Amino acid sequence: MDMLKATGVTLCVALSGFAAGAVFGCLSAAASFSSLRALRALADGYTTILRGIPDLLVIYLFYFGSSAVLSQLGALFGSEGFISAPVILTGALAIGVVSGAYQAEVYRGAVLALSKGEIEAARAYGMPNHLLFRRIILPQATRFAIPGVGNVWQLVLKESALISVVGLIELMRQAQIGAGSTRKPFTFFLTAAVLYLLISFVSGVLFRIAEKRAMRGIRRAV
Amino acid sequence: MIDLPFIYDAFVQLCSGIPLTLQLMAVSVASGAVLAIALAAMRLSSWPPLDLLARIYIFIFRGTPLLVQLYLIYYGLSQFPELRKTFLWPFLREAYWCAAFALALNTAAYSAEIIRGGVLSVPAGQIEAARAYGMSGLTLIRRIIAPQALRQMLPGYSNEVILMVKSTALASTITMMEVTGLAAKLISATYRPVEIFIAAGAIYLLLNFIVSRLFKLFEYRLSAAQRQPIYRRAAGENA
Repeated sequence: MDMLKATGVTLCVALSGFAAGAVFGCLSAAASFSSLRALRALADGYTTILRGIPDLLVIYLFYFGSSAVLSQLGALFGSEGFISAPVILTGALAIGVVSGAYQAEVYRGAVLALSKGEIEAARAYGMPNHLLFRRIILPQATRFAIPGVGNVWQLVLKESALISVVGLIELMRQAQIGAGSTRKPFTFFLTAAVLYLLISFVSGVLFRIAEKRAMRGIRRAV
Repeated sequence: MIDLPFIYDAFVQLCSGIPLTLQLMAVSVASGAVLAIALAAMRLSSWPPLDLLARIYIFIFRGTPLLVQLYLIYYGLSQFPELRKTFLWPFLREAYWCAAFALALNTAAYSAEIIRGGVLSVPAGQIEAARAYGMSGLTLIRRIIAPQALRQMLPGYSNEVILMVKSTALASTITMMEVTGLAAKLISATYRPVEIFIAAGAIYLLLNFIVSRLFKLFEYRLSAAQRQPIYRRAAGENA
């Protein structure tokens, strides 16, 4: 039963990491459309670097880095010794930063897929920017983004297993614990694999439904 | 705050992990590619059970984290003492081969779909024409399908290879001392995560940059037919 509880933790970390990633992704995508060159370079650097280095390294950085920063802050306020951030927080944040880079590219692609004429037409109607974004860009870009976001979600789900290396008791870590105490590693890791498969299968179905719903009323050639 | 000499120092120390990272990548990409071709052929076969088998394989390996696969092989297989007597044991005993094995099985699932996409992108008319000329199956693959599928799948495959470079970092969790393993060791020894992270990140970025350039070059070489003649580009037309 601990495995099921751990599955809950996995889902929780993956979802919060994914949500954090959505925020980072939106910000980065918005920056990449900015007229300021510095912001564009920043967004470009963020997506290139975070997609180019292993996720495990980012998780290590957040895990060790956050406690180093917190301990220094603590020393500033006179407390002595070592302070560490909760693993679930640093883990979710690490996943958020990595998946944010992937999501930024998805959102950027979705906005670029809008037909230019519609945006020009909205401008010609005198729509201010926020209205243009709400009425024209957002509804369509969401539709274009769904398949890509589904991919990123699957990545995030699998990345969440990496947090086990810094000690968060999620599905993977729980399987390790079980394997260690019963000396049946294969059984436990197989159970974990089946649970991951189940989550990814169910979310795949959900994304397919979402896509179908978003695509209703759209005529398709093929 | 940021100590450049220390970063350089860490960089040099981490560089000794590069050969292992590259080896793991090369072994798993090469053997994964062979398996992927077999899987793609199964997916494309007209005999349903073969297709189904490949589908199940791909579903399982794409739906579970690589870390689970790695642990299943490295820790999990020790649950079966019978395995110790087989010829596989000298391999499965070593963390190195376990890592290479898990990475290869994993990348095969992804690459199989990329290869399938490449093969499906060859126009049906060309295959029919080749058949009409009386080309046999192997000649058809060698002359018509393979060259075009290869070019089509290169961008997707380069993504997969870059993913593999990053995935080798997971081998550090089963005691392999490649770049990430060394980085984790250095971090716990010096407790300076940010500097070491920068050094390790730079190494991976460099490796991935080289991989993506090589694929770009290869793609350029293979797409001579799609390129514009040089005199037109010299005349200032956009390529």
